Amino acid sequence: MTKPVASGTASVEKEPSMQAQKELLAGYFAGLARAREERRPVVYTFVPGNLVELMTAFDVAPVYPEVNALQSAMRQRSSGFIREAERSGHSEDVCSYVKCDLGMLAKGNVGPTGESIPPPDLLLLSFTGCFTFMKWFELLREEYKCEVAMLHVPYVGDGVVTDAMRAYVVEQLQREVIPKLEKVTGRRLDLDRLRELLVRSRRAEEDLAAVFRAARHRPSPIDAYFGGVYYIGPIFTSFRGSEDACRYYAQLRGEVEARMAAGHGPITPDGTLTEEKYRLVIEGPPNWTSFRDFWKIFYDEGAVAVASTYTQVGGSYERGFRHDPSRPLESLADYCLSCYTNLPLPQRSQILADMVRDYEADGFVIHSVKSCNSFSAGQLHMLREVERLTGVPGGFIESDLVDARYYGQANIKNRVESYLQMLGARRADASLRAPVAAVADRPRYHLPVVTP
Amino acid sequence: MKLHLGVDLGSTTSKAVLVDADERVVGRGITNTRANYDVAVEIARREALTDARLAQAVTLLGADAGSVTEAFWITADLLRLEALRRICRGAASALPGEGPRLAPAVDVILARIVDEAGSLFSAAARGRGSFFRDIVGARFHALAEEASTRAGLDFELVLGVYDRAILEAENQVIDAPFLDIFVAAVDRVGLEGARKDGAVAAGRAAARVELELVGFVGTGYGRARLPFPRDCIRSEILCHGLGAHAMLPRTRTVLDIGGQDTKAIQVDERGLVTSFQMNDRCAAGCGRYLGYIADELSLGLHELGPLALRSKRPSKITSTCTVFAGTEIRDLMSVGEKREDVLSGLHRAIITRAMSLLARSGGVFDELTFTGGVARNPAAVAALHEMVAAHYGPRVINVHHDSIYTGALGAALFAHRGVPADDLPDAKECHGCSA
Repeated sequence: MTKPVASGTASVEKEPSMQAQKELLAGYFAGLARAREERRPVVYTFVPGNLVELMTAFDVAPVYPEVNALQSAMRQRSSGFIREAERSGHSEDVCSYVKCDLGMLAKGNVGPTGESIPPPDLLLLSFTGCFTFMKWFELLREEYKCEVAMLHVPYVGDGVVTDAMRAYVVEQLQREVIPKLEKVTGRRLDLDRLRELLVRSRRAEEDLAAVFRAARHRPSPIDAYFGGVYYIGPIFTSFRGSEDACRYYAQLRGEVEARMAAGHGPITPDGTLTEEKYRLVIEGPPNWTSFRDFWKIFYDEGAVAVASTYTQVGGSYERGFRHDPSRPLESLADYCLSCYTNLPLPQRSQILADMVRDYEADGFVIHSVKSCNSFSAGQLHMLREVERLTGVPGGFIESDLVDARYYGQANIKNRVESYLQMLGARRADASLRAPVAAVADRPRYHLPVVTP
Repeated sequence: MKLHLGVDLGSTTSKAVLVDADERVVGRGITNTRANYDVAVEIARREALTDARLAQAVTLLGADAGSVTEAFWITADLLRLEALRRICRGAASALPGEGPRLAPAVDVILARIVDEAGSLFSAAARGRGSFFRDIVGARFHALAEEASTRAGLDFELVLGVYDRAILEAENQVIDAPFLDIFVAAVDRVGLEGARKDGAVAAGRAAARVELELVGFVGTGYGRARLPFPRDCIRSEILCHGLGAHAMLPRTRTVLDIGGQDTKAIQVDERGLVTSFQMNDRCAAGCGRYLGYIADELSLGLHELGPLALRSKRPSKITSTCTVFAGTEIRDLMSVGEKREDVLSGLHRAIITRAMSLLARSGGVFDELTFTGGVARNPAAVAALHEMVAAHYGPRVINVHHDSIYTGALGAALFAHRGVPADDLPDAKECHGCSA
């Protein structure tokens, strides 16, 4: 049997957008290193529910500690940082993103690309769905003695964003966040500029949504998880609202639609996937320390992620969310509130079930990471619930974000292969196939889709 | 005769099962060689083929079937013992200094073991699941004490010769023709006249039967290392599910605690896996853990369970971490806990962990079949009965006496059902399994 990936090519297959993405991120880190000399105030913030358009309107340089951590892990540097943090007293049980960041700080705050990460002028905590984020910034506040702005984002416990929730967040933006940004930058908010940024955000979001929707095609031209994490990089971080992002996503969409028209599968590190054997939905963030090996377990078996929840933590675009320039602050509030990890388990299960149906997936895999309770708490319950809703059996694997000690290649490979073989055995017996159509009449999960 | 082969490369033992066109088990082989997987597969496969051929003879043997079968395997073990003796001689002679005195002393020990082979390698000993290494090792150890005292040799030195030689002896593929072993076995039993002629004729007929391997599937912890094409490799989770169901068709839940991992598997009425969970990369609470405990207490693995069953007040043990197992035992014993109570607590901790995986996989349905090396431990089985009853109510719990072959049986069934003979890759691709 041949492997489902056309390997053996001398050079790694790349499309122009891949190079463009790489250049965008390299430019971002280079820009951070110049921020001090360019007298740009520096704001540390987190990816989920970030307010990058607002920050860009003040022309500050945003730093995302989770992005530093995962980029360090992909460059095999996180283990040293984690050891450093544990030496200073942080327990093995503390989130490895936090320890990677604190370790990096202790070692001189040199970022993943080897360039310095500037110290913050403001710590902007724009998402409180993760309690660890708060503790993380408390530690950084002790270190830097800088301004802190905390935006309390209410938990969307019933799965519906109410007017009161939105008004509550907007009020905090007006009373807490914007004044703090005005204080550290010495300038007033230019609302027209914010609107212009949101227009561009919306354009890029439209293109990214089309990219993810392309995975409904057979074969899927993209891997919406392992490839998807590259796609979300610019829009989930500092590029939303920029012309660069608009260009990148238009280019990416063009390439993906061309692949789809040509009937090509996704590009993997070993070449184009030539045989799509299993279509999967994946829940949970990936492991970053062995990202390539992790991905290989799937593509070696011809498994493609056609949808994932991790690629929604910085915006649920495929499900309809768009920033709205006509209601700038309300739109930012909706963005913060609808963050995937701010949703309750029934809605998260429903989203997964909808993905299984809409993307005609053969199965779904939950990757449970030790570090992240926002993701992992309740995942076993979700496993059973999604199985109940779809009739499709789920797979369950465990490791961590950036702590290599918790990633076991043989164990994960064993579980994934077993799971896929289980799906194969079920498929061989058509009478056992899940009655996916039976769930078609259920109401779809309601999201705060803002119409212009 | 067309046969399908299943091979299960576990972390502790490698097993092979052959099924015929009606999915009847016709041959089994097992080895605990620690050599590379190619050698392990070859030894297990050859033993299964020999077993299948012997089974052909057995159908013609009538009343002598039992005695000839037992003598056959004793004869086969004697061949391995002869190989061990040769290797020991070489190893002892090569040692500088004591070599010339050591070699005859070791040879005397092995000659004693050859004399005792009839009882050492009896069907009862094989039935207990003891391997060549265990049987010979235990006896060598005992005899080496006497021999070293008598000859004024260092005990460790004598034992060292065995330790070096056994690995090589275990890894040797014994190449003697079936009929030669069979005839020697008939002589060993002491059959005479027409009974002897009849038995030898049965052996000749069996030797002539063409055993044709038309399909094979490999599984187990080491399956990625099997010299099989990708199409012929299945996950041990699927194989365990199917194998357990084939052995005990009412099986709906399978708990497998092997040397390296623990698996909770749910199967449907046809033995197809519907859900499973297994431990993460940490092997806490698996068979290897019990191995460490046994070493720590200087006990044989098989002694742990019966000792634990004597406990009246099991110790409370929270960790099943293999790394800390020794520390935990010493801590508890140092505060006066009895050995059997500590052991009972350890067995309960293992099953508590397994219960969590069972819950994750969907629960315990009737019937539950317990497989893997730990299923042979009576204290683990007792703890499982108790906890399943407490959490799920009354459930039938099975432990099949051949459960060690569950994965290999499932693999053989997959070979028969899943890989049609026409689609088999060229036999040359599979250098480890040409019949």
